Amino acid sequence: MDDAEAARVAADPRYRELVRRRELFTWTLTAVMLIAYLSFILLIAFDKALLARPIGAGVTSVGIVAGFAVIVLAIVLTAIYVRGAARDFDPLVEAVRAEHDA
Amino acid sequence: MRRPGLAAAIVATLLPGPVGADALAGQSVQQPTNWTAILMFAAFALLTLGITRRAAQRTRTVGDFYTAGGGITGFQNGLAIAGDFMSAASFLGISAQIFADGYDGLIYSIGFLVGWPIILFLMAERLRNLGRYTFADVASFRFAQAPVRSFAAVSTLTVVLFYLIAQMVGAGQLIKLLFGLRYEYAVVIVGVLMTLYVLFGGMTATTWVQIVKAVLLLGSATFMALVVLWQFGFSFEALFARAVAVKSGLAAAAGADPAEAAARGRSIMGPGNFIKDPVSAVSFGLALMFGTAGLPHILMRFFTVPDARAARKSVLWATGWIGYFYLLTFIIGFGAIVLVATAPRYLDPAGGLLGGGNMAAIHLAHAVGGDLFLGFISAVAFATILAVVAGLTLSGASAISHDLYATVLRRGAADPAAELRVSRRTVLVLAVVAILLGIIFEKQNVAFMVSLAFAVAASGNFPVLLLSLFWKGCTTRGVVAGGTLGLVLAVVLTVLSPAVWEKILDYPAAIFPYSSPAIFSMPAAFLTIWLVSLLDRSGRAAVDRGGYPAQQVRAETGIGAARASSH
Repeated sequence: MDDAEAARVAADPRYRELVRRRELFTWTLTAVMLIAYLSFILLIAFDKALLARPIGAGVTSVGIVAGFAVIVLAIVLTAIYVRGAARDFDPLVEAVRAEHDA
Repeated sequence: MRRPGLAAAIVATLLPGPVGADALAGQSVQQPTNWTAILMFAAFALLTLGITRRAAQRTRTVGDFYTAGGGITGFQNGLAIAGDFMSAASFLGISAQIFADGYDGLIYSIGFLVGWPIILFLMAERLRNLGRYTFADVASFRFAQAPVRSFAAVSTLTVVLFYLIAQMVGAGQLIKLLFGLRYEYAVVIVGVLMTLYVLFGGMTATTWVQIVKAVLLLGSATFMALVVLWQFGFSFEALFARAVAVKSGLAAAAGADPAEAAARGRSIMGPGNFIKDPVSAVSFGLALMFGTAGLPHILMRFFTVPDARAARKSVLWATGWIGYFYLLTFIIGFGAIVLVATAPRYLDPAGGLLGGGNMAAIHLAHAVGGDLFLGFISAVAFATILAVVAGLTLSGASAISHDLYATVLRRGAADPAAELRVSRRTVLVLAVVAILLGIIFEKQNVAFMVSLAFAVAASGNFPVLLLSLFWKGCTTRGVVAGGTLGLVLAVVLTVLSPAVWEKILDYPAAIFPYSSPAIFSMPAAFLTIWLVSLLDRSGRAAVDRGGYPAQQVRAETGIGAARASSH
């Protein structure tokens, strides 16, 4: 693909919408994952006692629930991205390709 | 509880960071020859060699060799990624750490997992759309080829070699322990099998070895976890409560007064001494998270699928399998506290585990499935290492043949047949080097090597890839300067850190006191790329910046991307 072709695609409003929406989606999800993980690491660094506290009368601690919550969150965010991309971005990509990728 | 030395060696060799830095105080002791395990492993070797034979008939072109012709499905690639990523360290090392300290083992699991969403959101689809064979294809897309490719090749080889040595030494120690064979035999067996897979079957065989291994490992770990949970009526609380009681009982038996014994029992439910200072905690977390997103042999897997959509699906499958695997490891670690720590047949007179601290999962396998299952698990653990080293070797070979030979040396005009020949020769050289280094490092503490590989990937490859993908202003000079600085800082700070400075070089106090360099080396790389690019007024810089729109169009839409070759 040469620069003129690239410029034509880049000027396509559907392409611009694709890039704008995907960037918003991507960076939002990235921020959620980063904040969740860094909070977890910072809790380990600064407040071990909170994580060690049992929930209710049993022995299962806050930390175990928090740890598995981070694992589940990672999988859920991944699934959200894959579903969102298939629903919102693939049709736009297809449209742009149909127009410009002969 | 844990006896120093013995197979702590394996945890030390296979796990990055603080756990691994636990010191290789001794060598694993050769056990009586275990014929069940050897026969089961022989069956695995035969099966995978059969696969390699079939794959060899389909491996004709360079594309077949590097990326299986792009014909792997998203589901298959997800399993292969999981197989590439779930090392013997995850299985034996993390379950052993949970057995010893409880909660701390979970911190590792989480660090290893959270890199995957980041790879998906920022990189997977763009990698597939821009690259063909190596991550350097992507990193150098709009830049001057020779300097960026040279940097990428050096950093790939650094990661691959350190990772490879750690795996080789781990394999040798493991095999002494599980199979009762000599260390050198294990290293040579791993080297030869991996060479056969990669040399003849290329990426197709490597992928299938990883898939077979992933299925075996996930299957056997599921079985162990189910048996453990079944004994507690599938109640996690009941399992944890029993484990706390066992730990308290052991502490009391060792002479602790009741209050202290109870506290020690409860300590397995929260973070312990695993992370000492906040800087190390964050630094280590960053290295695990972003290192995953910069490991060349992992990034290479995204070129084996037909398109960006399949690349996306492979990450979802991989994240699911890896997350599930860490859940199993957690259950297995607690199961071992309950079923192994209380059974005298698995303990030595001093109360430590027979064969060393790393044997928790292995003894649990015997406790839940007898001799036959013990042999099976031992064979799976060995197969695990094979799958990992095959992927590493292929990645190292492609850096030499595709990035250095074909692109830098032949300026992109190499005859594909010649490139394939160079790649295969590199595989042979890498195998010989890996075997030799594996034997040389037998008695060395190689604990730092895996954490170094992660730190280099996080500080060199990741900033380069991220900024070249997302920042228009990025230039050749910026990428090369920043990437190189990140790489060098990661290596130098690791040498100055306690794991190398105190434990290997035997100097008194480490100059760099933290367990991972990433918190310094990664921002340093980002800053340098940014600053150097900003100040870059060369003619090349104008070309680099001007190339961004075309790169972005292809990254976002896949127009012009390499297609899967037809079979």
